Amino acid sequence: MAMASSRLWASKAASYLRISTFNRPFATLVKDLKYADSHEWAKIEGNSATIGITDHAQDHLGDVVYVELPEVGTEVTQGNGFGAVESVKATSDINSPVSGKVVQVNEELNSSPGLVNGSPYENGWIIKVEMSNADEVKSLMDSEQYSKFCEEEDDH
Amino acid sequence: MATRHVAQAGRPLMNIVRMKGVPILQQLEIEECLLRTSSDNWCIINDGADKPNIVMGISGKPAELVEIKPVLEDNIPVIRRFTGGGTVIVDHGTIFVSFICNKDDVADVQPYPRPIMSWSSLLYSQVFEGIADFRLRENDYVFGLRKFGGNAQSITKNRWIHHTSFLWDYETRNMSYLKLPKRAPEYRLARDHLDFVCPMKDYISRSDFISRTIVAAGRLFSVESTEFEAVKSSSNVNFTPTSRLLTNQELEAASMIAT
Repeated sequence: MAMASSRLWASKAASYLRISTFNRPFATLVKDLKYADSHEWAKIEGNSATIGITDHAQDHLGDVVYVELPEVGTEVTQGNGFGAVESVKATSDINSPVSGKVVQVNEELNSSPGLVNGSPYENGWIIKVEMSNADEVKSLMDSEQYSKFCEEEDDH
Repeated sequence: MATRHVAQAGRPLMNIVRMKGVPILQQLEIEECLLRTSSDNWCIINDGADKPNIVMGISGKPAELVEIKPVLEDNIPVIRRFTGGGTVIVDHGTIFVSFICNKDDVADVQPYPRPIMSWSSLLYSQVFEGIADFRLRENDYVFGLRKFGGNAQSITKNRWIHHTSFLWDYETRNMSYLKLPKRAPEYRLARDHLDFVCPMKDYISRSDFISRTIVAAGRLFSVESTEFEAVKSSSNVNFTPTSRLLTNQELEAASMIAT
């Protein structure tokens, strides 16, 4: 209860100062996924990686109104951008957690970009990549590490 | 490396570039290049574009946003820029202010759209302090309920740009080139362009606005003036910008879809 009232006060103060306080305290995580420090997830199945942005990222970005997708066949490299999402007047780069070739893109996002918000780990997936260096997965975070990473970022 | 950007006072360095009458497409190209290839902080101020241009955000669809027939008849260029946000018609009466920053040099601002938007509104609340009822309303800059500034951003892994078109003045007839967008803020209440916007010239002179903006930036950064010519010549020639002019064929095709 005390926590609820202090959150209410914080919200009122932020409202007075016109500062945004939209973020939920805890974002959802999926245990078996791998995570990048730029807030993308990768689901690894053999040599294939399905990639999207995390619940934490979509929550901080706000309502996604457009997703810029790469062409199938595009080469992506770990840590570098392959597309963008548009929300709240901003384009934000999406970076690839692994290197490889794009073998599939989620065309559903062209007509329903909001899937990135509503279903970030399932229907809102963005691309599938055939990995060129599976060892890169070792440099990604597991769900526990990523959870701590997000907490530190929000406390910063 | 980060220490290179820190001035003696402890504030990060920011290069201020003042220019006048630079074509908006050229400005957008330079800004994207600085965002993607530079590691410095920049404030770019363009005191009016050379001629009328319509500028849409990255996902803008001309058929939904632009009155294509008169735009083609009057040869008004239509540009799709690299940042998000809405559509604006700009000309010599528009003042453009862009902040391009390293996220670590604005460390108390998370590199997401809404915190950056709030940061910018706090900066401009100093600019307009004692002048008018300035507010950030649904991501627009307004005096009361009337919009005079439109914002757009692009965020990369380590840097971001927040740029604003300030309607210091505008040609009433130019507003008729724009349609009422589907994605309009609630406070617009379906008002047409002329009931929705207001010119900044009723509140502040151009020179006063620009000098107050530089003073406000100087409270956060250690500001240094840089010549536009120096920025132009140092821009990376290998960089391919994504902002572009739509062709007449593209506009005609969009017009066919719209009818």
